[in-house]
This record gives sequence, C-alpha cells and structure tokens, in this order.
Amino acid sequence: MVKGIIAFGQYFLLDKIVGRSPSNIYQNPKFRSAIIQAILVFIVFYTFYSLYQTTVFNLEERGIKTSTSFFDQVAPFKVGFSPFLNFELGETTYIEVFYIGVLNTLLVAVLGIIAATLLGFFIGILRSSNNWLAQKFALIYVEIFRNMPLLLQIMFWNFAIFLAFLPPPKQSLEFGAFYLNGRGLQTPVPIVENNFLFKVWLGILIFSIIASFIFRNWAKKRRDQTGKSLPVLGISLSVIIIIGISSFYILGKPFAVDLPVLGKFNFKGGGQLPLPLFSLWFALTVYTSAFIAENVRAGIASVSKGQIEAARSIGLTRPQMVKLIIIPQALRVIIPPTISQYLNLTKNSSLAMAVGYEEVVAVWANISLNQTGQALIIIAMTIIFFEICSLFTSFILNIYNRRIQITER
Amino acid sequence: MKKISLLLGAFALIGFTYSSVATASTLEEVQARGELVCGVSGGVAGFSAPNDAGRMVGIDAAVCDAVAAAVLGDADAVKYVPLTAAERFTALSAGEVDVLSRNTTHTLTRDATLGVNFTYYNFIDGQGFMVAKADGLSSVMDLDGASICVQAGTTTELNMADYFRNKGLDYTPVGYSTSTATREGLEGGACDAITSDASQLAALRSETADPSAWTMLPEIISKEPLGPVVRQGDDQWMDIVTWTLHAMINAEELGIDSSNVDAMRADSPNPSVARIVGSEGETGPSLGLSQDWAYQVIKQVGNYGEVYEKHVEPLGIARAGSVNDLWTRGGIIYSPPLR
Repeated sequence: MVKGIIAFGQYFLLDKIVGRSPSNIYQNPKFRSAIIQAILVFIVFYTFYSLYQTTVFNLEERGIKTSTSFFDQVAPFKVGFSPFLNFELGETTYIEVFYIGVLNTLLVAVLGIIAATLLGFFIGILRSSNNWLAQKFALIYVEIFRNMPLLLQIMFWNFAIFLAFLPPPKQSLEFGAFYLNGRGLQTPVPIVENNFLFKVWLGILIFSIIASFIFRNWAKKRRDQTGKSLPVLGISLSVIIIIGISSFYILGKPFAVDLPVLGKFNFKGGGQLPLPLFSLWFALTVYTSAFIAENVRAGIASVSKGQIEAARSIGLTRPQMVKLIIIPQALRVIIPPTISQYLNLTKNSSLAMAVGYEEVVAVWANISLNQTGQALIIIAMTIIFFEICSLFTSFILNIYNRRIQITER
Repeated sequence: MKKISLLLGAFALIGFTYSSVATASTLEEVQARGELVCGVSGGVAGFSAPNDAGRMVGIDAAVCDAVAAAVLGDADAVKYVPLTAAERFTALSAGEVDVLSRNTTHTLTRDATLGVNFTYYNFIDGQGFMVAKADGLSSVMDLDGASICVQAGTTTELNMADYFRNKGLDYTPVGYSTSTATREGLEGGACDAITSDASQLAALRSETADPSAWTMLPEIISKEPLGPVVRQGDDQWMDIVTWTLHAMINAEELGIDSSNVDAMRADSPNPSVARIVGSEGETGPSLGLSQDWAYQVIKQVGNYGEVYEKHVEPLGIARAGSVNDLWTRGGIIYSPPLR
C-alpha cells in the first residue's frame, strides 16, 4: 500500500519532469497496482464497518443495550483467587474483576512458560541423548502428551489424579510449614514488620546481586587474559545466600512469617496456591513441554557434526561443548517455533473454566458476560487482551531471537 | 476487473444484510421448518437429560414437546440444543433457538437487558446447600470459611454472594462451567458444600456414587421461578408459549389428562373443558394455531401434573403440599382462565 502511494507520487513527479502524456496513466503497472491495492484496502475496511453496523443494528433490534456503564458497578459475585488485587465482596467493580482475571491469566501463563521451558529443554536433551533408556523415555513422554487433547489432560490431572489422591484439609500432607491437600498448597508468607530494617536487608541483598555481576565480568576478563576459569554461578549464588541469611539474623529478623493454620474447613493465614491453578499449570506445562522438547531436539539435530568434532579436537569437556558450542547454535533453531508455543500456552490457559481457575475468560468472558449480557464489549476486550498479550510476547522474544542469531560482519 | 466487481458485489451484500433482517414471525419460521428448535440444559435429570433411548426427557424438555405439539401438531418435531448457563441467552437472542427451556430463573435484569421475555413458570424452585453427612453441619451458618462449589455465571452464584455478605460469613467460591463438574468437585473434595437450586441438588445427589452420604441443609436462600424464555419482540410467539403452559395447568385443574382427553373431547358438559379440547371457542385461531392445539398438547405430552409426576417425582421431590402443587391444593401453580 505504502509502496503503491510512493509509486503513484513518483509517477506524477516523473510526469512533470519528463512531460509524458497523462493519458497513458492506466498503462503504468505501478499506478495500476496502487489503485487495485487501494480498492482492496477500502473493501477490507468497508467489510469490518459493515460487520460492526450489522451487529449493533441486530443487537438493538433484539433489545440488547450495549454500553460500558457496567464497568463501575459492583460485581455481585465473588472471585475466590485474587493474589494481586484485593477482592472485597460488595466493593469490587466489574472492571476490577477484569483486571483480576487478566492478572490471573498472566500468572498462570508466566509460571507455565517458565516450567514448560525448563521441562521441555530437559526432555528435549534426553530425547537427543545416546542413552537408550533416556531417549525412549523422552520419546514416550512426547508422544503421550503431545497427542492428547489439552482439555482432557487438564480435567484428567485435576479430577482423576489430584482431587482423587490428595486428602481433605484435615488430613493434609505436611512438609514443614507447607500443607498439601485437595484445596491446594498452603504456604507460609513473610509479613513485613520493621519497615526500615527490612529495607536495609533488601538493600544488602540487591547490593550482593550487583556485586555478583561485577564478579562475573571480572572472572570473564581474567579468563580472556589468563585462560583460567572460575565456577562463577556457584560462587555467586552461595555468597548471595550466605549474605542474605546472615544479615537477616544480624538485623534481628526484620520480618515475621505468617503460617497457615487449619480452620474449620480450610487453612487460614499464609499463602495459598489453589488446586485449580496447580492443575492448570501442571497440565499446560506437561502439554507444552512436549512440543518444546521436539523444538529442542530439532535444534540440537541442526548443529552440524563438524562443530562437535571441532569442539572435541580443541579439548572441550562435554558440558563445555554443550554449553559453548551446541546450545548457542541450537537456540537459533529452537527459539522461533518456541515463541509460538509460548503464545499457545497463554491462549490455552482459557480452558481453566473446566477446573474452576479464575482467569480472564472464566471471570470476565463467562461470569461477567452472563451477569451483564454485554457480549460485544466483553468479548472484544477479551480478544484485545489476548492479542496484546501475544504481540507483546512475540515482540520481546523476537528481540531476543535477533540477538542470538548469527551476526555477520 | 470482473473478479473485482464480483468481490465488490459480495461485500456490498454483507453490508446490506442488516437492513433486511428476517421479518418473518417465529411461528411462521417454525411452521416452515417443520421443527421446533429448543434450548435445554441436557444434563439435569428430571429437567432435561437424555434417557436410555437417547431422547431428551424431563419437565423442561416437556415444555418443548408441548410447544411443538401446539404449533406443529407433533410433540416429536423438536430439535434439542444443549446449552450451558453462559450460552443460553445469547443463543436465544441470536435466534439459534426458538424457545429456551433450561431451568432459567426470571429476574428483572435478565428481562430488561438481555432482549428476552420470560413467559410463565414450569417449576418454582429455591436455592439450597448440600453437604457431606459426615461433616455434621446443621445450618448454612455453619459454613463460615467453607469452599463452596457452584456453577459459574448463574443467579445461584449471586444469591450465595448476597446471602453470605448479608450474614457476614466468609467463603471461597469454586466455580465450574457445568453442574456435572460441580458434583465431581464436591465428590473429589474440592469444596465442602455445593449450592444450586434444590431440585438440581436432588438430581445431582442421585448421580453421586453414594447418594446417602449427602444431605441438604434446611435453609432455602432464594426464590427461583424457572420457566421457558422467548426472544423479545414477537408477542404472538410469547403468547403461544405462555398459553401452552397455561393449557397444561388448566387441564390438570379440570381433570383432563392424556388418557381421558379423547373421551372429554367427544362429550363433555363442562364448557371450560370443551374450550380447552377445542370443541368450543376460538382459542387456537386467536393465537394463530389450529383449533385442536391444546388437545394435541394434552394428548401427546400430558397435563402439568402428569409431566411433574413422570419426571420430577423420581428425584424424590414430592409435589403434595409444595409450592409446585396446584393453587386449589395449597400450592402456587395457577393459570389464568383459558377462554
């Protein structure tokens, strides 16, 4: 389109300069393609406009009022899981329910993407290994979880496995201060008591993290100059943990911990990772990791044999070879299809309604829609949210992808 | 160029369709189609659920059958469309179904904003709670802090929120999209209690592995008048569905049932009976139906009492003395005169 306009402009400019007769204009291929494209664009816009007109007309014809006035109305139902925003029955409005749903979707998507990536890489590496057992295990894993409908898997894990085998709250499985039962995982959460000391502690922690980066750069420079390498990650992590714990005690425990306590029905206090979230996260992770594993296998297979032989011949150990030679080259093949898997995972989280997790489709496109009847606005907002979410994910990952591609000089 | 003009024509058509939205009445559409499309739940025993032969049966499905009998003279000319609670109003207002008979509660907001009209009630229900007998709970007040399974997007969810808020009780809702899933959640231990209309709870209890392990709490926290719903803007169709239901109730009141309707039609001294069975009066033609419309309903589907006895009694929901009994026997099932 843009090119067409430029061509159109160039044609007329050229016309002025060269003085060609304008009667030939229809024979100019650039002009013709510009016109055709303009017509097509017009048709596309007209179609969307007509669809909008038709919908609004038909809705009005059927007595359905479309307006956003319900946004500020109090939601007459309760959302049970809202870890980021406080839900207060009788105060929280519909638009806040939308935000809660969005945040819950993002939560399960982020958790799912992290877990699916780790698990997918692990399975993918097993799949490419020379060990017969490991390779066959990974093969069976991929073929089972890739070939089953996701909704079935979500319901299977939730109803047939977790709900069936996890005990009721009164007989919870105890892991220290953590309790696992059919309602989910109850965890202790920190409560900030002394604000100033807590900030000091946080400052020390951040400072030690920054220091570890400086240490990493120094170690890299040292290796470049002397060839001697250090286990940077191990040293940094242990130092951060030691500093964190010791300063925590030196400062006199700047925050307390809220422990979950068994009430009459459920645990009270502490934090909760509800079972629907866990089931959904688990199913999404397992399902998506099977696809990512195949991407990883494809990536590893794409690294040419010569690279591996060259790595061996310069005396790299096997872990070094995987880290320095295979993974960086394999990533170039792995990343692009894995972006699609991330997008799929985010969109697939909308199946949550089957197990009762309160993400955006459940609380907004389903419950709120049914209580207000504002289908046009609610569905449009849900679509736009998923669009933005997907475009943003691709945008970020495309930047990363560009960074790891071969830079030609 | 030819292709382009074709395309343009096609898009112009799309653009103009909204100005020529179907003006045919629902009655004409149904008669032309020879089939009634009826939205049902499809998963609530006693209301609408497939029987062993795969036919949709229940008190809600019977409304579909009755309307088909009145309009088409054939109670079997029905296509049942199972709908979830969230889909139902959109399906109706978008014209996918002609009647929505899916244990739907009549409320002001639904009536005023969804482009639908509520006709009359075929079952008057109220919301209750079901818990495990082993928990030894005796009242909803004992449920403070409990997790409660509920079908998401229903009035049930709203009633529960209102009730708990009013009583200052805390709870965690566990919302599923189908009532079957709420039952699975309760049995699996995802929640301590389940809430729904009392009749639905009875139906769900009959589907559990051990029905005797569950008990209903005494409180009924809401009014749930359930009945068929039609699209707004077609008064004739609304009258037909409303009066089909009235005919079934009137028939019971006058003692007309599917077994004696033929005898009554042949010879009845009571003019009220004669008007229903079509041997007197003009009730059918006034509605745009045939003279024997109510006769067909009673003959093929039965009167209200017969339908209730056949589908709802087996769930263990007794009718005698309940609100769903006839007004002459102390209930509130009442119909205006069919004349």
